[in-house]
Amino acid sequence: MNWNLKTLMSNNHKNILLEKTIPVFAVLMALIISAFIILMEGKDPILAFRYLLYGAVGNRKFIAETLAKTTPLLICSLGLAISFKANLTSIGAEGQMMIGGLFGTIAALYIPCPDNLRLLLVVAAGAAGGAAFGAIPGFLKAKFGISEIINTIMLNYIATYIVAYLLNGPMKDMKSGYQQSYMFPSSARMPIIVSGTRLHFGFIIAIALVFAYHILINKTPAGFKLRAVGSNREASRYAGIPVTRYIILALTLSGGMAGIAGAIEVSAMHGRLLNGFTSNVGFDAIAIALLGKLSPIGILISSLFFGALRVGSNSMQMGVQIPSALIDMIQGMIILFILCDKLILQIWTDRELNKQKKVLVEEAGKA
Amino acid sequence: MNIITPVFITGLLTAMLRVATPLLFAALGSVFTARSGIVNLALEGTMLVGAYAGYYGAYVTGSCWGGLLFAVTGGIAMQLLLGFFAISVGANQSVAGTGINMFALGLTTYLMTVMYGVTGRPSIVASFRKINIPVLSDTPFFGKIFFSHQFLVYVAYILVPVCWYVLFKTPFGLRVRAVGEHPKVIDIAGGSVVRTRYACCIIAGILTGIGGAYLSIGELSSFSENITSGRGYIALAAVTFGKWNPIGVMGACLLFGFADALQLRLQTEGVPVAPQFLLMLPYVITMIAMITVVGKTKAPASMGKPYKKHDSRG
Repeated sequence: MNWNLKTLMSNNHKNILLEKTIPVFAVLMALIISAFIILMEGKDPILAFRYLLYGAVGNRKFIAETLAKTTPLLICSLGLAISFKANLTSIGAEGQMMIGGLFGTIAALYIPCPDNLRLLLVVAAGAAGGAAFGAIPGFLKAKFGISEIINTIMLNYIATYIVAYLLNGPMKDMKSGYQQSYMFPSSARMPIIVSGTRLHFGFIIAIALVFAYHILINKTPAGFKLRAVGSNREASRYAGIPVTRYIILALTLSGGMAGIAGAIEVSAMHGRLLNGFTSNVGFDAIAIALLGKLSPIGILISSLFFGALRVGSNSMQMGVQIPSALIDMIQGMIILFILCDKLILQIWTDRELNKQKKVLVEEAGKA
Repeated sequence: MNIITPVFITGLLTAMLRVATPLLFAALGSVFTARSGIVNLALEGTMLVGAYAGYYGAYVTGSCWGGLLFAVTGGIAMQLLLGFFAISVGANQSVAGTGINMFALGLTTYLMTVMYGVTGRPSIVASFRKINIPVLSDTPFFGKIFFSHQFLVYVAYILVPVCWYVLFKTPFGLRVRAVGEHPKVIDIAGGSVVRTRYACCIIAGILTGIGGAYLSIGELSSFSENITSGRGYIALAAVTFGKWNPIGVMGACLLFGFADALQLRLQTEGVPVAPQFLLMLPYVITMIAMITVVGKTKAPASMGKPYKKHDSRG
């Protein structure tokens, strides 16, 4: 019996190792399949991936660009991870980021404030806007039990049209022919931290938020309750946790993070509000949060990976004429392969159990 | 300026039936998956693939029927993918749906770019023609609204009673509903939960594929990136709003279709309201509709829960 226990424990250890390698497996599988897709088009996948890699990290400037593109992805996916921890499937980061950018722009252009506090106000306004936009589906879910999935998706479209309306009329830069806001004053621009590149201070904020996320989720009572609500709502209610309040809190925090990402993005990268400045960051963040298994380090690594994909795919499109939509496919496949984890673990443990059974049967046969 | 003229109302109601058609196809399909206990977030991606496949099929075969066949095949493939994750793997169905939608958006955009280049405009392909029902279409007022549409519109509304009958009056429908409420009962009674759910995925794939094809080769005969723009999600909301009943679902689709038709008509009439607010209308109405049915509906009991026959590991 002792022997059995030992093998079981070593199996368990193997399982944990296997679980940790599943994200790597998911990425590899997605890349292999996309290699076949590239091949089918009659192009060289190795060359394509080399362009991808070179475009992402080939020199100092490309690396800085990758980090700059990583920033909003990282912040949004940390935000989504908060709601996923509470078992709320928010698809709303895109719209919340849009509203965050809008509020940041209003703070930058229309609210009187001393110059040295301007940037802080922009980010805070972005957080407030995103949080308010996240609180709506949170409230509807907590009080009425309406699916947060549908509402966050609907709000994404609504946010797009709100911004489109404002940029076409009230907030439009009258001197420009485009639908965009006026340029931010320099006091509202995020400072560049590596000269000659677009890498900005927002990246430092994003890294700080990784720590903030870790502390919130793993070190505070609020984080513990949030996770409890996520793993079992009924039990949490019996344990005296105000479940409705935590559902609203999770989606509000989640929206606030996306709002920060939006404010930083307009202030750092564009210097003005533009239609579609979010460029699907909020959707990619879903894949990132899942790929990172909702852990702070995991999310950081997967954001860097997705940031590199974003920057590299442009050079791939230019170098070997492979549409950058391939990256969307890769992201979708990564989500799906990660979902296979249970299946893989099941197959693995079944095989191990069968092996053990065989050994036991053989031993019984000998005896 | 009085815009509420008979011409305006006829145009509005005709457009309502037309715009509701793709929603209705997708929503009717999703009634089956929902009734069997599957959250069908992949509806959006399925519709998108249906739209692309329909367009491509019409382009290759030179016939809209060929396009329809392609669309149905594509729809089934996407729903079977969802089925694999929802039924066989037992994964989180909303997340699987999101992954499928992302994949579908990437796939269709990719194929479109590969086929026609980044700047090239897709050529016009075969599409369905308007069919005027003899005699009936000559009825004043109603003739134009109800009996002067293209083929697929009629099919969608005929499918409503058909789906209702299948769901509530046939042994198959009973099994679907039982699987959604108490899968264990069906299992013990010797039926197959897995097979029933896969069958529902195939039905949803066929119908949603056709709904997608309607968008590309139904009215217009062209395909553009993300042509569905959230219609799959709205159809999903319509299923809840219509209380998982084909008749109610038709009502919900007509409501959303009305909102969309209204914004189209008001825009062409040049009503002095910012077009963005009109465009927002279908999404706002979807949210409001969901609030109004709170407490009055109950989702199938096993919704979103994967079923495991022998769960040895608890």
